Amino acid sequence: MGGREANVVLLDENGIRSDGRKVNETRKVTIKAGVLKNAGGSAYIEFGGNKILAGVFGPRDVHPKHMSNPDTGILRVRYHMEPFSVDERKKPAPSRREIEISKVITEALTPAVILEKFPRTAIDVYLEVLQADGGTRCAALAAASVALADAGIPMRDLVSACAAGKAADAIILDVNNEEDQAGQADMPIGYMPNLGKITLLQLDGVLTTDEFKKCIELGLEGCKQVYEIQKSALREKYFSSGDNN
Amino acid sequence: MTNLSIIDKLKRSKILDLLQEGKRIDGRALDESRPLVIDTGVIPHANGSARARLGDTEIVSGIKVQPDRPFPDMGDKGIFMCTAEILPLAHPSAETGPPQPPVIELARVVDRGIRESGMIDLSQFVLEKDKAVIGLFADCVVTDHDGNLFDACSYAAVAAIITSTVPKWEMKDDKPTLIEDQESPTPITTIPVSVTMGRIGEFIIVDPNLDEWECLDARITITTNSDGNIVALQKGGDDGFSVEQLVKCSELSIVSGKKIREIIKQATEGTQ
Repeated sequence: MGGREANVVLLDENGIRSDGRKVNETRKVTIKAGVLKNAGGSAYIEFGGNKILAGVFGPRDVHPKHMSNPDTGILRVRYHMEPFSVDERKKPAPSRREIEISKVITEALTPAVILEKFPRTAIDVYLEVLQADGGTRCAALAAASVALADAGIPMRDLVSACAAGKAADAIILDVNNEEDQAGQADMPIGYMPNLGKITLLQLDGVLTTDEFKKCIELGLEGCKQVYEIQKSALREKYFSSGDNN
Repeated sequence: MTNLSIIDKLKRSKILDLLQEGKRIDGRALDESRPLVIDTGVIPHANGSARARLGDTEIVSGIKVQPDRPFPDMGDKGIFMCTAEILPLAHPSAETGPPQPPVIELARVVDRGIRESGMIDLSQFVLEKDKAVIGLFADCVVTDHDGNLFDACSYAAVAAIITSTVPKWEMKDDKPTLIEDQESPTPITTIPVSVTMGRIGEFIIVDPNLDEWECLDARITITTNSDGNIVALQKGGDDGFSVEQLVKCSELSIVSGKKIREIIKQATEGTQ
């Protein structure tokens, strides 16, 4: 398997992971809605060591014009990592990995957004990874949903996200960077809990079909927990203390 | 599915009508792949090669093996890389120029399926630890596009890899030096098989052709290894799947993958 080595203890004899979590526990997730002044909607998420900003613009005119669609609005997502977000400096230009992740996040959000209401316009979502710690695409997707809702864009549901995977032969929830590098499988999931629809799913690593089913089950539990945090971030902004700038 | 052209909308409704009766537009069963034909050794100058035809989708894949520097964090492993490109002669909509996101995704998904299966034993590709290793490059080009490039590229690349041979290099004066006429078969541990399925309405179809591809609600590519385990997976398309649909897809990918693995085995038998 691509460079995976087992020189770190991913799971000790008491079933505790390298960062002190149990197998079915997510890292600490905090989300704040409405953190940017200029964006139509925004959110900041801390998902374990991940720190990600999401900003939404639009619906607005489409440039280049030929991309506009008279039947529907279009959703465009750019996922981008800052050069200082990882151990070794990342070149600032978008990598092939970032282009692929932008595409899968776009496809994960599109079913949630009621784009038909905004023909000939674009909604742009910018996702900036300030610090990466494994599972950035899930964290970015969760933040993007909150930012879209914060922008007042009509949605069918929030898209929630969390990864499941396998490390030290155990099925684990919310794979961290260490477990991603040295573990056996990583499966990010994006999920609309109210509609029961999985809109992002990727996997690398080896799983039996039974393990695959268990991973989905566990991952969806994680998604539901993140969903509650997403909702409370929006509630916090719009329903608490009368301060809603 | 609001971003379809009128023709695509008509096609979609025709395809859906047929699916209600349990039929597909080209007469296949819902869980049936198109016929797969693989020819190997089609590019004698390459270290291994294959042409795969999946229905009317055609791919040529060639292997090049050459000494390289290892990745900094993987000094004890050789390099494997798989690329994919849609040639401008493959379809009227194909354009020259830098690759667009769908093509980047295609190349990365094909690469991931093969890489994550551990198909090639890269630990045998080390000439000098942390300094010099052997790199195996599998480049796929689409010469005719009739949908489901993911699977067709993967089959061509896998067949080409199985039939490839690795020249012998030795370190002399700190440089890899070629030893003539001492080729050995590429060390293979498993045969990964990618199976792509699409969802149209409530129907799951295996190996969508281009007509079907253009009106899918969502698609999923699942790669399995020779032991019947899942090694890689990618969901695509502007909608999602329910858990039940995904479980069904995982089962379909194993059944369909088994049949295709046999075709690849037969096509590559005794060719190394």
